[in-house]
Amino acid sequence: MNLVFGSVVLGILSGGIYALMAVGLTLSFGVLEVINIAQGMLVVVGAYLSFALESYWHIDPLLGLLITIPTLFLLGFGIEWAFLRPLKQDRVALSILVTYAVALILEGLMGLWFGDNFVAIHAWYVDAAINVFGLYIADIYLIGFALAIVLLGAVYLLLYRSKFGAALRATVQNREAAVLIGIDVQRISTLTFAIATGLTAAGGMLFGATTAFNANSMLDLISRLLMIIILGGMGSMGGALVASLIMLVSVDVVSVAYTPTWSTFVFFALTVVVMVVRPQGLFGAPPARKV
Amino acid sequence: MSAVLNVQGVRKRFGGLEALAGCTFAVEEGSITSLIGPNGSGKTTLFNTVTGFVTPDEGEVSLRGEQIQALSPDRIYDRGLGRTFQQVRIFSRLTVLENVLVATSRSSVIKGLLARTRQSERDRAMDLLNFVNIARLADVPAGSLSFGQKKLLEIATILVGEPKVLLLDEPAGGVNPTMTAQIGEKIRELNQRGITFLVVEHNMEFVMGISHRVVVMARGKVIAEGSPDEVRRDPKVLEAYLGA
Amino acid sequence: MKRNRMGLIALIAVVAAVVYPFVFSSTEATTIVFYALLYVAIASSWNIIGGFTGYISLGHAAFFGLGAYTIALVADHLGIPGGYGLFLVALLGGVVAALFAVPMGFIALRLRTIHSFVIVTIAYLFMFQLLAFNLLGVTNGSSGLAIPQPNWSGAFFNMPFYFAALVLAVLTVLLAYWIRNSRFGLGLLAIRDDEDKAAGVGVDTWKHKFAAYIISAVPIGIAGAIYAYFSSYIYPQTVFDPMIDLTIVLSAFLGGMGTLLGPILGAFILQPAQQLLTFYTGAAGWDLVLFGVLFLVVILLMPSGIVPTIVERTRRARVREAVQKADETVPTPDANPAAGGGPR
Ligand SMILES: Nc1ncnc2c1ncn2[C@@H]1O[C@H](COP(=O)(O)OP(=O)(O)OP(=O)(O)O)[C@@H](O)[C@H]1O
Ligand SMILES: [Mg+2]
Repeated sequence: MNLVFGSVVLGILSGGIYALMAVGLTLSFGVLEVINIAQGMLVVVGAYLSFALESYWHIDPLLGLLITIPTLFLLGFGIEWAFLRPLKQDRVALSILVTYAVALILEGLMGLWFGDNFVAIHAWYVDAAINVFGLYIADIYLIGFALAIVLLGAVYLLLYRSKFGAALRATVQNREAAVLIGIDVQRISTLTFAIATGLTAAGGMLFGATTAFNANSMLDLISRLLMIIILGGMGSMGGALVASLIMLVSVDVVSVAYTPTWSTFVFFALTVVVMVVRPQGLFGAPPARKV
Repeated sequence: MSAVLNVQGVRKRFGGLEALAGCTFAVEEGSITSLIGPNGSGKTTLFNTVTGFVTPDEGEVSLRGEQIQALSPDRIYDRGLGRTFQQVRIFSRLTVLENVLVATSRSSVIKGLLARTRQSERDRAMDLLNFVNIARLADVPAGSLSFGQKKLLEIATILVGEPKVLLLDEPAGGVNPTMTAQIGEKIRELNQRGITFLVVEHNMEFVMGISHRVVVMARGKVIAEGSPDEVRRDPKVLEAYLGA
Repeated sequence: MKRNRMGLIALIAVVAAVVYPFVFSSTEATTIVFYALLYVAIASSWNIIGGFTGYISLGHAAFFGLGAYTIALVADHLGIPGGYGLFLVALLGGVVAALFAVPMGFIALRLRTIHSFVIVTIAYLFMFQLLAFNLLGVTNGSSGLAIPQPNWSGAFFNMPFYFAALVLAVLTVLLAYWIRNSRFGLGLLAIRDDEDKAAGVGVDTWKHKFAAYIISAVPIGIAGAIYAYFSSYIYPQTVFDPMIDLTIVLSAFLGGMGTLLGPILGAFILQPAQQLLTFYTGAAGWDLVLFGVLFLVVILLMPSGIVPTIVERTRRARVREAVQKADETVPTPDANPAAGGGPR
């Protein structure tokens, strides 16, 4: 019983971290109508950057975010500008291929630099744990959850309290109409993708501090993140948050109460079942026929 | 004369907006009926409801007495009710001829797998392309036609299934006067061959020229109907247009 | 006239493929073309749903893996020894793939948006991979399964596999050709261009997509089984491998999605390239980088694939010629590259 309770708590905390990783995916889908297969790899890149800063220069991972977030922001900017913007026709297929290619290149590079070995990010708050109702939770989960809430809150404010956010939401609702009312959709797209990628740096740091990883982890990650955004409803930020919590809690509970072997499978199967009943996901709008 | 298409108390909401607020009218067999109304009055939504693209929240649609509001678009097409779209829609990467032939691919997958299009169907498709004067473009990818030619192609495509009732959404919208006259001519000709028409159109001259009856919608409801002359004189109609 | 010429070219290609292993009989030479032929079958088959309808499945490797596990498990449980008989068992791989495709297609195609379809198909692949890892009693988990091997020796060993792949490739291309020219195929292409409009002219879009999905699973299941037999040992991560899907989509895309020739051309370019790349770069890492860069360059330079690009060029040239020759103006389609180059 206590174990199950503990796994629920842990699931909620790590759910926040996954939400931070998934929100980039859902944002770029909403605005660019692009499924960014590279998202999992970008998480890993963010993790490796924090890892490198910490192990080579002893820069604290939290402080290191001041470097890694802008770096990934620029990387995202470059990817959008160089590879996504030129796509005019067949965007669905081509964007998948392009982002997959980007993921492969990054995976290859990370593998070349850091090798195949699993690594993890260390800091005093990663190794320390506190006792919550008889349950030991590593400090990093609490810090990660808090950081996720702060950053997601910032994104929320950006979306709902700024001119940029208004233009962004208009673009999500109707790309063509946004162009007609004079929104610079191209600029919004590039910025959104860059911001989404920048946020992923933080998600990556937390991922790397809570999980041992290597370049190959990207496959595992992207499959989970994609599941999260379809369960939540594609393009919905709140949906991504709720779905992350559902995923991590269900995975942790199944791990503890039954077996870790089946935990991920259970979540995948759960998502597919939800899609049968509610094809648009939990918080997605039903797809309108274009008539 | 009897009604071939009956719309009875149809309602449809999109979020907070009631696009159809209890819409009722009938289309007489063999007529050319026009559906007019200010922008956003629900004409296209009504077409979508009648042809199975949108399921109504309430109300019934019947074609020759058979209720069709729960059927899918392809089933409704099979029952002899065809439509065109307000934004012209064609299969842009198929050739003009293939566009017309698509409509001959019946619902059965097995039969469709075993059958190629027959020469007789190709001939018929070419006849239809001739009828709308674009036969010389048969082998061109449809995406490269001009706007007016696309509209004509849409009509040819819809005709191949030999529909008894045709719903046209702004057939003269955005085309030049010569083409408009040509389209009006084709409608009249087809009507003489027994096809019933329900036409949405903003071009009043066109509407008054071809229609036997006119139905006027405003804010999701029918506010007036009658002969073109009656409708023209109806003060409610003017008010709807000015007040919109 | 044009059709006859295409038939002749196809015939020459098949004859060349038949003669090839007798001329270049080394194991390396036959292995490379064996893989290329296998991917001709796989990509042409995928093209029936992905290329014709535009529903990009990124989970067809699931069918590949299902076929692979089918042959391994059937051979093991029925005690079938290595030999020609196992090629018949490979056909079962196609049957099993089709059986699984029914519920999988049913769910994925209900979603109505292509994006969700893509993601759910990715999920399928990972789910099968997890199942293969976890169902220890059936699949032996990460230790994998062995397939009984025939006692063919030396350079001859590859021959039966080569011809099995050739037969599968030819039959699959014929199947795709048949579908492309049927009414059913016309319905599929119409769905790709405008699904709602297709429904509006009487195409039962749901049945069309569903049937295309199931059909396209079959040759891939068989290919997976042949692959498993050839490689003698299978693991969850080698047969339920996302790279397979990537290679399929890239082959189809490179040659020209939705065209018949595209996937064939794509497979014959990509497979040898991939093998040479892995062979020469050695260090894991560089092959991924090079592969990715290659792929980006191709997409950005030729966004509609090789075949449509060529078709479009010649078509424009022909129209220009016709305009110059004719006195009365030939209707010149306004140059619209996005709309041009219909499937051939
Ligand atoms: N799928 C939809 N989702 C939300 N609102 C919709 C949808 N379809 C139509 N509407 C709204 O319903 C109302 C009626 O639209 P409709 O297109 O039927 O009008 P219309 O009479 O055809 O106008 P027009 O003459 O401009 O074509 C409009 O306010 C429109 O914005
Ligand atoms: Mg309208």
